[in-house]
Amino acid sequence: MRRINLAGIALNVVLAAVLPLAAGAQQMESHIGKLTGHSDSGRQLYYRYCWGCHGARGNGDGENAPYLNILPRNFVIATFKCRSTPTGTLPLDSDLYNTLGRGINFTNMPNWSALTDQQRTDLVAFIKTFSPRWKTEKPGDPIQIPAEPALSVASIKHGSELFQKLECWKCHGQEGRGDGPSASTLTDSNDQPIRPYNFTSDNRSKCGRTNQDLYKIFMTGLDGTPMPSFADVIKPEDAWDLVHFLRTLQYNNKSPELALWLSTKEGAEIVNAKKVENTYTGSGVKP
Amino acid sequence: MSKKHAVVMAGAVMLAASAVALAGPAGGTVSGKVTYEGTPAKMKQIDMSKEPSCAKMYTTPPLVQTVETGAGNSLEDVVVYISAGAPDEAAPSTAAVFTQKGCRYIPHVLAFQVNQELKITNEDQTSHNIHPLPKLNREWNKSQPPGTPPISEKYDKAEFIPVKCNVHPWMHGNFAVLKNSHYAITGDGGSFSLANLPPGKYTITAWQESYGDQSQDVTISGSETKTVNFVFKAKPY
Repeated sequence: MRRINLAGIALNVVLAAVLPLAAGAQQMESHIGKLTGHSDSGRQLYYRYCWGCHGARGNGDGENAPYLNILPRNFVIATFKCRSTPTGTLPLDSDLYNTLGRGINFTNMPNWSALTDQQRTDLVAFIKTFSPRWKTEKPGDPIQIPAEPALSVASIKHGSELFQKLECWKCHGQEGRGDGPSASTLTDSNDQPIRPYNFTSDNRSKCGRTNQDLYKIFMTGLDGTPMPSFADVIKPEDAWDLVHFLRTLQYNNKSPELALWLSTKEGAEIVNAKKVENTYTGSGVKP
Repeated sequence: MSKKHAVVMAGAVMLAASAVALAGPAGGTVSGKVTYEGTPAKMKQIDMSKEPSCAKMYTTPPLVQTVETGAGNSLEDVVVYISAGAPDEAAPSTAAVFTQKGCRYIPHVLAFQVNQELKITNEDQTSHNIHPLPKLNREWNKSQPPGTPPISEKYDKAEFIPVKCNVHPWMHGNFAVLKNSHYAITGDGGSFSLANLPPGKYTITAWQESYGDQSQDVTISGSETKTVNFVFKAKPY
């Protein structure tokens, strides 16, 4: 008995010594609304829930990582997909917090809504201890999102023109199925194959499901993936038109945009031509 | 530094060097040639059929540029720079310009200094996204449709950065972000020249994107010209 206890104590001592070292042993805070997150509290949670994938040193090489398609984030490089800040800049605390609460669709990152708000806030603080960038850089200035203009058929049509002009279809496909001519060649910054978002699958893209989330996605780009930022090339009013059009591509999702588009003759023809019901493989569809 | 500029005969270099020496305070010069031994991989033709607006700009499809060879086993687009011995320098006020034309990057290898302005232009009739993949600097990815203004960026750490366009997967280039102004990129004939070096001991490094880098030490006193040649072992694959 005595021996076993000693071994247990020794293990605790080793863990206590190794974990803080691995994490750089620095203090960080995060702020979400009225909540303040502390990295010390976040550390406990990280080494229980996160390190299996993201690794003891936060560089994305946890023991599960080799089995994952879309590798876990490397917090040391601190390149994040879902941001409200310009491409190449650090995200806001709230961006990381929202990702924890949402998970990342089409990847192995689950949502952590089972944790409390305080716990997720603490985790955000701890994640920021891995990269020195959080000491030397500030998060980017969040992109400004003007109020959403009223939905109109003209807005959807203009968005459709932008989809052509900006060549979104090169990756996302003319029908938004994620099957454009460049789609099969895409790799992320870890050199792993990655698929462009298929708008017909559902309404959940990687970084949220609201119109504002869609707006942010193409304005900020998803850093570390082939999705670039269009912030310098789309005017804010045009951006909303594009959002309205993108919603009509999600024909399995009942949105006001889709309803309005379907109410027009032109829109109904386009959407119904795309719809392939009950034939997941496409077989049995008459041309 | 341009390809034409790099084609300087040894005699001309010496003439120039002596002329500078007569003119007063000037440094030494390191010049030489970068060559390969062995058989380099055959560069494949690029299939641009998915982008007709670019494909039609070529009578014969252009070649991949990961290894560019010339007469006499010379290696082109090799960055030759001083990796040790020279102080870090402030960035010049001129911008380094990187152009997308014919769905290729011009130049294929662009060298510039830390914090120097990098200007990226799109002369094509198609949208590109410029996606440099740094390890030390911050990673960004920007779309640039035809007719949009140049993108202006800079890097604050020295690094060799591969550049790609996700829309056109054959597009591949390199940024060489360097700490001082003593650098050259080999042009036709694989020759280079680093001029105006104050007396001192330097480490000269040559970097080729597929073959890696090599370094040699050289000591410069007065306004002499020293010859440093690099020979890379070609990879057949």
